[in-house]
Amino acid sequence: MSLNRTALYPLHESAGAKMVPFAGYEMPLQYPTGIVWEHNHCRQSAGLFDVSHMGQVSISGTGAASDLEALMPVDLQALQVGQHCYALLTNSEGGVIDDLIITRRGADDFMLVLNAACKLSDIEYLRQCLPNLCIRYDSHLCLLALQGPCAVDVLAAEIEGIQDLVFMQGREGTIGDVPCYVARCGYTGEDGFEITVADQHACLVAQRLLAHHTVEWVGLGARDSLRLEAGLCLHGQDLTADTTPIEAGLGWSISRARRAGGTREGGYVGSEKILQQQRDGVDRRRVGFMIEEKAPVRHGAVIIDPDGKQVGEVTSGGFGPSKNTPVAMGYVATAWSNEGTRLHAVVRGKPRAIRVTAMPWVAHRYVRN
Amino acid sequence: MSEFRADLKYSESHEWVKLEADGSVLVGITDHAQDALGDVVYIELPDVGDDMEAGAEVAVIESVKAASDVYAPISGEVLETNQALQEDPGILNRSPYDMGWFMRIRPNDPSSLEDLLDETAYRVLVEEG
Repeated sequence: MSLNRTALYPLHESAGAKMVPFAGYEMPLQYPTGIVWEHNHCRQSAGLFDVSHMGQVSISGTGAASDLEALMPVDLQALQVGQHCYALLTNSEGGVIDDLIITRRGADDFMLVLNAACKLSDIEYLRQCLPNLCIRYDSHLCLLALQGPCAVDVLAAEIEGIQDLVFMQGREGTIGDVPCYVARCGYTGEDGFEITVADQHACLVAQRLLAHHTVEWVGLGARDSLRLEAGLCLHGQDLTADTTPIEAGLGWSISRARRAGGTREGGYVGSEKILQQQRDGVDRRRVGFMIEEKAPVRHGAVIIDPDGKQVGEVTSGGFGPSKNTPVAMGYVATAWSNEGTRLHAVVRGKPRAIRVTAMPWVAHRYVRN
Repeated sequence: MSEFRADLKYSESHEWVKLEADGSVLVGITDHAQDALGDVVYIELPDVGDDMEAGAEVAVIESVKAASDVYAPISGEVLETNQALQEDPGILNRSPYDMGWFMRIRPNDPSSLEDLLDETAYRVLVEEG
């Protein structure tokens, strides 16, 4: 199978990126600066990420808000134009098909940003469930993420007044005459923006941003360590069709109106299971782990109790450059999920001491109103 | 560009060995290998006194990205391991052939070094992928 390339490919190549296959795309894993450097640069300055492999899908038509509400536990009736919302596509068992960002672009007009690995199956599912809506996947759009404490100054120099957006708000703007859509959100825990731009202008916009001395390319490698330290889930690992939002600790993402006792309680795929879990509790929970030793504990490592019995599994783990220690998250049986609980993770056949800890490891720096 | 050295022998799995004046052999991983692994954050070394069999896993390198095995290029007994790598694993990225050696071994059969690749052969292996 041949791999897709984003419109920014020539820039990655000239920047000396190490390209790897990811979700059907040839994507930059890292640049010559290396993952740790890129990670730290994003935390301290501003990192530019090509995330054009993600699916940008518009959904429009009469009744779009209520039709979409049947598929995800969020309050789209109350979502204002230009407002973004983190949402989960759930299956009949309450499992998570995908996590996404949904934006209202107009009264009956929404935009979804879907995970690259899920986007094609998501679109097929959405078309099946929403036959009366117009669902358009625009594969000729790039998505750039500009993340880090310097991102706001860089973008404010390009788009007047963009600093007035708060976390999860977006609007149109132009960067060097190129029309863009800019949202204040991201996947690093830092303040930052995601910029939608047409393929044919994407290199121009990226080069303009890179011309700011604070901005450097950051690859997928550091994107993973940044989101991990921020305690954010990666769909396919920390969140799957077999994990529910309640098990994953994402109950906060279910809008008040859709929860038990809300004005539009339930009414989405899998809501019976999720409402029941919110009422009765869950058997396992997603938690963070402090690793007591220096060796990283990675995805797939089995977690055992003091008797050696399996009580969970690591779903994401690695080295956290900002913490300068290994960090990991995963699922454990509820009885073992309290903060401070001491357990072991099996790495290469040897038990390694770990401790349940609160997430995130690095505090979020979102700009809220 | 990766660095290659004429005074070393190489394995196909990207370890290098260096014959020392006292007949012992230093083992490490090549510049090409460290570059492919990226930022190294942890290294698990064998115990002194371990007998290692050519081709067997003897150490583990954890980079930010993943864990990778290091294989014994020749059979022998581990005489010494490089403790500096455990204090500061980044040494491996900065100095794979000097500061970043993994272990000193006493080869069971000194002539087994002859079975390894010389610089030219290893360079061909790397460059032809």
